Amino acid sequence: MRNFRSVKAPSRIKEKAIVASLFFCAAFSVFVTISIVVILFYDSYGFFRKVSIKEFLTGTQWTPLFAEPKFGVLPLVAGTFLTTTIALMVALPVGLITAIYLSEYAPAKLREALKPILELLAAVPTVVYGYFALLFVTPLLQKFIPDLSGFNALSPGIIMGIMIVPYVSSVSEDAMRAVPMSIREGSYAMGATRLQTAIRVVVPAAFSGIAAAFIMGISRAIGETMVVAIAAGMMPNWTINPLEPVQTFTSYIVQVSLGDVPHGTLEYSTIFAVGLVLFIITLAANVVSFFLKMKFMERY
Amino acid sequence: MLKEPNHINEHIRVAKYLDQIFAIFGLLFCFIGLGLILVLLIDLFIDGASRLNWRFFTSFPSRFPEQAGILSAWVGSFAVMFVTAFCAIPLGVGAGIYLEEYAKKNWLTNLIEINIANLAGIPSIIYGLLALGLFVYLLDFGESILTGGLALGLLILPIGITATREAIRSVPQSIREASYACGATKWQTVRHHVLPYSMGGILTGIIIGLSRAIGETAPLITVGALTFIAFLPSPPISGEFPFISFKWLFDSFTVMPVQIFNWISRPQKGFHMNAAAACIVLMVMTLLMNGLAIYIRYRYRKRIRW
Repeated sequence: MRNFRSVKAPSRIKEKAIVASLFFCAAFSVFVTISIVVILFYDSYGFFRKVSIKEFLTGTQWTPLFAEPKFGVLPLVAGTFLTTTIALMVALPVGLITAIYLSEYAPAKLREALKPILELLAAVPTVVYGYFALLFVTPLLQKFIPDLSGFNALSPGIIMGIMIVPYVSSVSEDAMRAVPMSIREGSYAMGATRLQTAIRVVVPAAFSGIAAAFIMGISRAIGETMVVAIAAGMMPNWTINPLEPVQTFTSYIVQVSLGDVPHGTLEYSTIFAVGLVLFIITLAANVVSFFLKMKFMERY
Repeated sequence: MLKEPNHINEHIRVAKYLDQIFAIFGLLFCFIGLGLILVLLIDLFIDGASRLNWRFFTSFPSRFPEQAGILSAWVGSFAVMFVTAFCAIPLGVGAGIYLEEYAKKNWLTNLIEINIANLAGIPSIIYGLLALGLFVYLLDFGESILTGGLALGLLILPIGITATREAIRSVPQSIREASYACGATKWQTVRHHVLPYSMGGILTGIIIGLSRAIGETAPLITVGALTFIAFLPSPPISGEFPFISFKWLFDSFTVMPVQIFNWISRPQKGFHMNAAAACIVLMVMTLLMNGLAIYIRYRYRKRIRW
C-alpha cells in the first residue's frame, strides 16, 4: 500500500501559479504590440519636432542624408506603391486561379499534395529571392526591354508577386471551401459547368474572404524588405516608371541601418518616422482583412 | 424568348470547352511555384556550385572572394536560433495552452486573439525597429546575439501560438473527460494527455517558425548584425568555474542571410558566386526544415486515429 501515501491531493496553489504563468504568456503578445507602438511614436517624436508633418507628407524630395536634407516622404510612397502594384498584378490572378483550381477542380489527394508545394514558395528566404531578382530576372528582362536599368521596380515586383501567391491562394481557398455545397449543387442542377459555377456562384459568395486575401497580399507586399532592398536600387525617386530604380519604406530603413545609426541623431529618428508610416498602413490593411475574414466565417 | 436549339447546343459546347481549358490552366498555375523554385535552384547551382567545398564552411569572410567563407555566419545563425527557440517556444506553447484550455470568452481574450492575428501581419522590419529601440538602446543589450535572437523570437511568436492552438483543438473532448473522471486536475489533464497528443502539431509549428527565422534578414540588419565578422562568439563552456559562460550572448554577430546580402551588394563577380553558394546552403537548410515539418505532420496524422 506504499503507493497510497504518495498520492497527494493536487495542490491548489500550484494550479493557480500555472494558470497565472500561462496567462502571462498569452498576455505577453499584447505587451509586444504596446511596445511596438510606444517605441515607434517615442522615437519618431524627435523627427516630427524638427520636420513639420505637412512637409513630411507633401514633399517630393527625400534626401535626409545630404548636407541640405529634404524630408518629403512621397518618393518612398511612390516606390512602395510601384513595387506593390506590380506584385499584386502577378499575385492576384495567379493566386485566385490557383485557389479556384484547388477548391473546385482538384481531387482531394492532389490538393493535399499541391498545398505543401505552394507553401514552399513562402518558405524560401527573401534574401534568396533578392539574389534571384537582381542576378537572374533583371538580366532576363533586359533582353526584352533594352532600356531597363540594372536596378528597377519591375523585377523585384514580379518576384514579390510570386512569393505572396501562397498567402493569397490559401485564404481565398478557405473562403471558397466555406461556401456550402448546396449552393454549388443548385448551380449544377441548372446545367452550369464547373467554371461557370466557380466564377458566377462560388467567387461572389466567397467575396469577403477573397477580398481579405487580397488586402493581406497588399500588406505583405508593402512590408516586404529584402527583395526590394537588393533589386530595386535604394534610390528615392518620385516616379511611376517601373523601369527606373526606386526606394521603398522598407529599403530606406535597411539602407540607414547598414551604416551605424547613433542614438538620438536625426538619422536615427527618420527610420522610426518611416517605420511609423509603414506600421500604420499595414496595420490598417491587417485590420480590414481580419474583419472581412471574420465575416465569411460567420455567414455560413 | 427561346433561343434556337442549335444555338443552345453551341453555347453548351463552348462552356464545356472553357471548363476543360481552365482545368488545364489551373493545374499549370499551381505548378508555377514549383517551376520557379526549380529554376532558382538550377541558377544558384550554376553560379555557386564551384565555391561549395569544405574550406567555404570553415573560413571567415575575407576581402578576397576565393578565400572568403561562411564560418562566422553559420555559427552566428545557430547561436541566434538557440536564443530564438529558447524565447519563442515556452511563450508560444504557454499562450496556446492558455487560449485553448483556460481562457474564458470575454473581451480580454478577444483582445488577445485579435492582437495575435495582427502581430502575424506586421512586417518583419518593424520588429527590427522594436528591437533597436527596446533592446539595443533602452535595455542596453547592445548589437548582440541576445538582441537578434529576441527580435526573431518575438517575430515567430504568433506562428508558435497558432500552431499550438490548432494542435490542441484537434484533441477530442472525450480524452479530457476521461482524465477528469479519474480525478485529474485541469493542469494534470493538459500535462499528461492534451500536450503529448498534440506534440506533432506543436513541433511542426515550431520547426516552420524556426525555418522562417533562419532566413530572416531585415530585422537583424536593423539591430546591427555586422557583415564582416572574423571571429567566433565566446565559447559557452569554459574550463574554469562556473563552467558555463553566457558571455557569447553579448557578442556581436553575423548570420547567413546578412552575409549573403553583403556579398550580393558588392560589384565583383567573385562575391556573387559566394552569395550563390551561401544561398544554396541556406535554401537546403530551410527546405530540409520544411520537409521535416511536413513529414512530422503527415506521420502524426496517420498514426493517430481518434
